[in-house]
Amino acid sequence: MIAGVEVTGQGLSCRRGDRLLFEGLSLTARPGTLTAITGPNGSGKTSLLRMIAGLLKPEAGAVTLKKAGAVDDEPGSLLCYLGHHDALKAQMTARENLDFAARWQGAAREAGEALGRLGMARQADLPVGYFSAGQRRRTAFARCWMVGRPVWLLDEPTAALDSAGRAVVIELIAAHVAEGGTVIAATHEPLIAGAAELRIV
Amino acid sequence: MSAFLALIRRDLLLSFRIGGGPFLGLAFFLTVTAMLPLGVGAKLNLLGEAAAGFLWVAAALASLLSLDRLFQADAEDGSLDQLALGALPLEFAVLAKAIAHWLTTGLPLTLAAPVLALMLNMPEAGYATLTLSLLVGSPVFSLAGAIGAALTAGLRRGGLLLSLLVLPLFVPVVVFGAGAVSAAINGFEPGPAFLFLGAISLFSLVLGPVAGAAALRIHLS
Repeated sequence: MIAGVEVTGQGLSCRRGDRLLFEGLSLTARPGTLTAITGPNGSGKTSLLRMIAGLLKPEAGAVTLKKAGAVDDEPGSLLCYLGHHDALKAQMTARENLDFAARWQGAAREAGEALGRLGMARQADLPVGYFSAGQRRRTAFARCWMVGRPVWLLDEPTAALDSAGRAVVIELIAAHVAEGGTVIAATHEPLIAGAAELRIV
Repeated sequence: MSAFLALIRRDLLLSFRIGGGPFLGLAFFLTVTAMLPLGVGAKLNLLGEAAAGFLWVAAALASLLSLDRLFQADAEDGSLDQLALGALPLEFAVLAKAIAHWLTTGLPLTLAAPVLALMLNMPEAGYATLTLSLLVGSPVFSLAGAIGAALTAGLRRGGLLLSLLVLPLFVPVVVFGAGAVSAAINGFEPGPAFLFLGAISLFSLVLGPVAGAAALRIHLS
C-alpha cells in the first residue's frame, strides 16, 4: 500500500495575462481516488494541474498536500507530473532518460521494468528522437510509474496512444488508485469507473 | 549529490551528442584568434601587446555561443518542469548546468589559451598567468551567463538579447583577467588583479544559481 496523500485546493483562481480562467475553484482528492478534470480546450485544466504541482502560483487560494496527518511543505517529493510535453531528451535513449529521472527524482522501480511494462522493452536503447508521438508518451508515462510517487498529476495521459497503450495506462492508473494512490487527470475520456469529475467551465 | 552529478553528466552527454561538446567553442576561439593577425598585419610587437586582452574577449564571446540553449532546450521539451520537481532545489539544477557548461566551454578554452598566446607572439612571462587567470575567471562566463540564459529561456530568438544582458556582466572579469596578464608581462605583481578575479568568481558562484533559479521560476509560471 502507498502512504495516502490528500490533495486539497481552496478558492483557487487562475489568471493568464488579462484573462481570468477560473475563480474560487475548490477541490479535494482523497487517497484511492481518481479525479478527472474536464472542460473545453483552453479552460485552464493544464493550469490547474500545474498549480497543484507547485509549478504555477495561484492568483488566489492555496493548494495543500497532506500526508498521513502532517502537512508536507515539499510537495515535489510527493507527486509526479506528466505534462503535455513529454520532457524527454531526443538525443538520449529511453533508458538514459529514465535513468536520469531516477537519479534526479528518485525511483521506486527499475527503468527497464517500467519500460517493459509500457511495452517499450525493445526500444529501450534507441534514442527518443526516433520515437513516434505514442512511443514518447509511453516512455513519459513509464517515467511517472517508475518514479512511483503517491500523487499522480496527468495531463492527457492517453494522448497519442494506441488502444494497447491506452489499456496499459488505464490499468496502471486503476492499480495505483486501488493501492491508495491519488490520481488527478485532465482528460477527455472516461479512464476508470467511479472517477470523480471536476468540471471547469 | 548523486542527483547533482547525474544532471552534470546528462548535460555533458547532450553537449557531445548535439553540439560536438567542447569542440564547437574551441573551433570558434581558434578561428577568431587566427583572424586577428590577418586583420592587423604581421606586426609582432602590436600583436604581442594586444594578445592578453584579445584572448580574454575571444574567450568571453566563445562562452556566449552555447549559452542561449542552456535552459531553452529544457524549457521547450518540458524537462524544466521535471527539473523543478526533483529532489534538489532549482538553484542546484542551475549550478549543475552552469558547471556542465563550463566543463564544455571555459575549461577547454583555458587549456587552449597558451597555444593561441604563442600564435599571437605574447611574451613568455604571461603564459602561466593567462592560463591561471582564465581558470579562475572563466567560470563567471557560465555562472553569470546562466542568469541571462534563464531570463531568455522562453524566447525563441533570445541569443541577441542574451548577449546584451550578459556581456556587461563579463566586463569586470575581462578587465581584471587581462589586467593580471599585462601586469605579469610588464614585471608587476599580478596578485591584486587576481584577488578581484577570484572575488568576482565567488560572487557569481552564489549569485548565478540564485538569480538564475528565480528567473526560471518566473518562466515556469
